[in-house]
Amino acid sequence: MHASRQLCTFHVADLYLGIDVLSVQEILRARELARIPLAPDTIEGLLNLRGQIVTAIDLRRRLGFPRRSADAESMFMIVRTVDGQVALVVDAVGDVLDSAADTFEPPPDTVPDAVRRLIGGVHKLPDRLLHVLDCEQATALAA
Amino acid sequence: MNADLQQQFVQDMLTESFEGLDRYDRAILALERNEADAETLNNIFRVVHTLKGTAGCLGFQHIQRVTHAGENLLDLLRAGERRVAPPIISALLRLSDALRALLQHLAAAGTDDAPLDTAPLIAELNRLGAEPAPESAAGSASLPSTEPVAPVEIASPAAPPPVDADAGWGLFDPAPAAEAPPVAAAGTPSAPPPAAKPGPAPSAPAPSAAALAATATVRVDVALLDRLMNLVGELVLSRNQLMQLASGRQVRPEAVAELSQRLNLVTTELQEGVMKTRMQPIGNVWSKFPRIVRDIARELGKEVELETVGATTELDRTIIEAIRDPLTHVIRNSIDHGVELPAVRVAAGKRPAGRIVMRAYHEGGQVNIEIGDDGAGINLARVRQKAVERNLLGPAELAALSDREALQLVFLPGFSTAEKITNVSGRGVGMDVVKTNIEKIGGSVDLQSAPGQGTALKIKIPLTLAIVPALIVRVGTERFAIPQVSLLELVRHESSGGRSACEYVYGAPVFRLRGQLLPLVFLDEQLRSRPAGAPPRVDLNIVVLQADQRSFGLVVDDVLDTEEIVVKPLGKHLKSLPMFAGATIMGDGKIALILDVFGLAQHARVLVDNSDRPRAATAAADAAAAGPRRQLLLFSLPGRERLALPLEQASRLEEIPADRIEHSGARELVQYRGRIMPLVRLDRHLSGEPPVPGSAEPLQVIVCQHGDRTVGLVVGRIRDIFEEAYELQPGSAAPGLLGSAIVQGRITDFVDAPAILRAAGFDAALAA
Repeated sequence: MHASRQLCTFHVADLYLGIDVLSVQEILRARELARIPLAPDTIEGLLNLRGQIVTAIDLRRRLGFPRRSADAESMFMIVRTVDGQVALVVDAVGDVLDSAADTFEPPPDTVPDAVRRLIGGVHKLPDRLLHVLDCEQATALAA
Repeated sequence: MNADLQQQFVQDMLTESFEGLDRYDRAILALERNEADAETLNNIFRVVHTLKGTAGCLGFQHIQRVTHAGENLLDLLRAGERRVAPPIISALLRLSDALRALLQHLAAAGTDDAPLDTAPLIAELNRLGAEPAPESAAGSASLPSTEPVAPVEIASPAAPPPVDADAGWGLFDPAPAAEAPPVAAAGTPSAPPPAAKPGPAPSAPAPSAAALAATATVRVDVALLDRLMNLVGELVLSRNQLMQLASGRQVRPEAVAELSQRLNLVTTELQEGVMKTRMQPIGNVWSKFPRIVRDIARELGKEVELETVGATTELDRTIIEAIRDPLTHVIRNSIDHGVELPAVRVAAGKRPAGRIVMRAYHEGGQVNIEIGDDGAGINLARVRQKAVERNLLGPAELAALSDREALQLVFLPGFSTAEKITNVSGRGVGMDVVKTNIEKIGGSVDLQSAPGQGTALKIKIPLTLAIVPALIVRVGTERFAIPQVSLLELVRHESSGGRSACEYVYGAPVFRLRGQLLPLVFLDEQLRSRPAGAPPRVDLNIVVLQADQRSFGLVVDDVLDTEEIVVKPLGKHLKSLPMFAGATIMGDGKIALILDVFGLAQHARVLVDNSDRPRAATAAADAAAAGPRRQLLLFSLPGRERLALPLEQASRLEEIPADRIEHSGARELVQYRGRIMPLVRLDRHLSGEPPVPGSAEPLQVIVCQHGDRTVGLVVGRIRDIFEEAYELQPGSAAPGLLGSAIVQGRITDFVDAPAILRAAGFDAALAA
């Protein structure tokens, strides 16, 4: 089902994740966001991206991890979705990897349902597992 | 053919054809009403002929076949060989429906191979062309024909019924997909899958509004475009100057001021110019209505004439899009509920045909749209009865409603008075949707009705949504923008002796504003952004806002400025927050959220009760005669009960405790916002009376800007702010008075503030 494709890898908490490199528009160093009062917990704030206002989603909160400490480094990945641009706040961005279809496997049943919807499966790399993030699901009404 | 070129051609064809079909519909309807001249038929023919030619060139055979059949019939009509008859009109209208459906499919999928059976239509067109026209009403000798046709019959047996129960009047919606494949299409090579052909929106599987919007174009006046280009040239020059200035070693402040002035000018003009390119006549929406009116009226067995006034009134295209559906709904309502059946109308002494008048005009930076019918009007007794049946209101509350307020009940969700549910209207999702949609774009809806004479709906909408004047306020470290349309006034209250001006009605904070209780909403509490342990407020900055004719005071930490802001939409992740209307980027590049006053009021539960709290007193003022209306500040002095000052001369109203007055010689001064503000006792200047000594009462001060100085006028009591038209009559000889006028039905003296300040020794020219 998955042909060979390139994945942009990144880290969130202790997860090693990847998304289709074609859906990534750009990567930015984290900068100050405008806070949105009353917004859902997963929404980190609003980002002024060259005059466009982009909603930033904290992937840590989205994936059920505790919030990162105030002085921790983070990066913004601007991804294109059907609803426009969204900024994903991640801990660090890694390399772009070629992924082969034969290393792919869907997540086991023991993964909690809420997370199974976001993680389409894993690639079995020689030394570790690369989680494939479903970009649309991850940004779909992060409430 | 080059794929890009082909796509370009297809785009052009779509744009042209949709415009052409709108013209076509209008012309056909004129033909039906016998208002057509020879040129009308030529126009109709030309539209179809052009479409056929273009479709043929680009290889869209389905469209070509349909247009060919239509063209044949039209040619016969044009040559006078066939007479216009109801079956022909119906068939021609169905032709435009079919062509629209095909074009929409083309726009979405890139092929005209729509799942649409046009064979019956083609057969019908051919048959109407082949047989000599049966004279409908004239009853002339009918030539022998192979198949007798009843002229009044709209649909022939070959075609589906003209109105499908649920599909509106989209006769050729892609719904019949399940039917057998078009017979006539058998000869054509099977079309490649949609994605293989160049199409404007290859990913969209079905004709959708989104796909069509992608192809939307706007026609712009060439002169305007030239002017815009000139302005852009100016902008580039200014930028060059700015860069030169920035690289220079020394920057002269005058040079910066000059340049910023220039940039300001150019941007303002550019903004106006670009805005103009987005303006479209409202007629673009209206052009669809004659057809809709005709179809609905037929379906309901009514006769309706539609008259439009002011179709050239221009509106921003985003607003045009936003009002399309609400207007259609209102029109449907007018025909369904408003206009009576011909027999009923005749019995009531009216003409059998009902009239619907749509009028659009500009007024005070807003666009007004009125839709009126001369039908039965709204039956208020039914409305009240229905409100009880639907449990929208209790009987006691209902009894307290005035007729005008009862009329507003039709805007409540779940309200419909239709005796029977038709497929036209009456499903209970009606006027409330119209109202919310209009309010969403910052507009308002007003309904008036006279029993037996008709109903009129008045819609007020802003000219544009993209750039709005707004007030910037601060709460904590965050800034928020409040659109000025809902802003009534600003009140700053500085407490004296630790007594807060905020009082509580069973825990709900209120403020006494000129004797009336104003509910207060604390923005930081609403947004839960108040830091724990923050000191309680002493001074109140109140932004008085209006939402749905109810006013409330929004308490903020600071009022910063007014600015024209560029509205940017929020992503769909934030749609669940009704108190934000969007966001904007401030001058420093930071983002500020735009407050949605209506949503905020609902969130704060200001709007929750629909009881009879005083609505903003506008009715009385509305009754006043015409004339320029100005906002006036009414105040009094001991011995002079009614003094007025045009509100624009007052920048703020303050209450200053007497113990804060300091003296410099004979002058009275106060510290005001970090600066020294001299006070002028108005009573001394107007009547020369000795000052009232040593009163401990706080002073009521009108803060005025005189030249670049801020001066406080001490008055007795602030009484009111209102808007009224008045005629000033010079007469009062007293120095410092401009004259008198009748406002609010009483004689009122107008204060000449500049003269008083000059007399008090403040020379504007000198100070500047």
